[in-house]
Amino acid sequence: MTGTTSSRGTRVLGALTLAGMAALLLFALVLSPQDEVQGEAVRMLYVHVPTAIVAFTAFFVTVAGSIVYLWKRSEWWDITAHASAEIGAVLLGATLVSGMLWGRVSWGVYWTWDARLTTTALLFVFVLGYLAVRRLPMERDRRSRLAAVVGLLLGPTTIVCHYATTWWRTLHQGPTITRLNPEIDGIMLFTLMLGMVVFALLYAWLLIHRFRVLWLEHRVEDLGLDAALAERRSEAEDGGTLVPSP
Amino acid sequence: MFRDAALIAGKDLRLEARARVALNQVAPFALLVLVLFAFALDPDRGVLDQATPGLFWIAVLLSTLLAVQRGFSVEAADGVRDSLRLSALDPAGIFLGKVVAIGVQLLVLEALLLIGVVVLYDADPGGIALLVPTCLAATVGLAAAGSLYGVLSAGLRVKETILPLLLLPVLAPVLIAATQAFEAGFDDRMGEGWRWLGLLVVFAAAYIGLGLLVFDTLLEEA
Repeated sequence: MTGTTSSRGTRVLGALTLAGMAALLLFALVLSPQDEVQGEAVRMLYVHVPTAIVAFTAFFVTVAGSIVYLWKRSEWWDITAHASAEIGAVLLGATLVSGMLWGRVSWGVYWTWDARLTTTALLFVFVLGYLAVRRLPMERDRRSRLAAVVGLLLGPTTIVCHYATTWWRTLHQGPTITRLNPEIDGIMLFTLMLGMVVFALLYAWLLIHRFRVLWLEHRVEDLGLDAALAERRSEAEDGGTLVPSP
Repeated sequence: MFRDAALIAGKDLRLEARARVALNQVAPFALLVLVLFAFALDPDRGVLDQATPGLFWIAVLLSTLLAVQRGFSVEAADGVRDSLRLSALDPAGIFLGKVVAIGVQLLVLEALLLIGVVVLYDADPGGIALLVPTCLAATVGLAAAGSLYGVLSAGLRVKETILPLLLLPVLAPVLIAATQAFEAGFDDRMGEGWRWLGLLVVFAAAYIGLGLLVFDTLLEEA
């Protein structure tokens, strides 16, 4: 036992993430040019889009984890689904905040009720509901199965949210970089890609740590249960009478 | 499966016919919501008129929460849930029965509310040919999603607070589509309404399908 949830691998991953963040700041704030239309506000792009995409990926991991858990009852996938949803919620929160700030600058309002924003807000509330189920005071296995069903239902919402700009004509702009010849300047494209990589690294780094903490929490719960059982057994052996514990 | 569904729906509706909780408590609550909206949005300035479809469906949504909670709390006492599980009834049948029972109560409620908005808000139910199928499709969706989350939260100590948090975001698409369809129906712009009705049908079918698949697991765990 090292007393921490880090290992050599996560330290390297963490160092890479932090170095990447520094590089992202450099590229996003200094090296990349202003946009012709949006001016300085375009720099929001390098946080807004990567956090959104990584958050969606995180929720798909949660959906996949829920399905595998319901199928195989594997604790590993249960914890992965839980950890991924938590980090996804934080990233989606960052997406919403950065989007609101960007919207204030380029649309003039923090919030508008178009399809993309509405579905994203619903997704956010839905994930908060999932995390609330995760905190329900009940037996762990039952809670995990309930959470897995709720996590499964997260799937359709995420898909609708992801395709909202394609299905409805909205104020929010459509995808820019999935086309073959992106209409975006080279260094801006590079910065955006760097942002994706950095936030993906951040997600992986946090996910591993969160996973380990949750895993330890489960072990502590098990130990507590074992200890309580042993106590009861020894009581029964000592006097034969069951004394209520203080 | 359908025989089991009929049994469960019959049982729940018979309970309702004798206890009259939905009729004596939920329906007056829904009408009360309509009256409160009228107080909040000054009826003289025409706001109420424009907002009528949305207010109607908000009232239905809030009543759905109550109906779902009632529908599953009748089984909370005396270990009725366990007896239900041991009864060898098909879980899919139990789910369908619950959907039918909650759906029938909601339909009666919607009829009352529709009279309510015509009388209180002076709405014009011109496109009744669109309003009725909209009510039907939306009700199936509400009852199906409601039954899923209802059984999920029924056994929990925090059921009153967790059910709205989980259920309302899921029901938001119903609110949007049904409101749009009703707007089209009240304004006699039927063409637009049919598309929204299609969305409601897809939603209802999706949740009925999901319910048939996962109700078994939920009934066992909650």
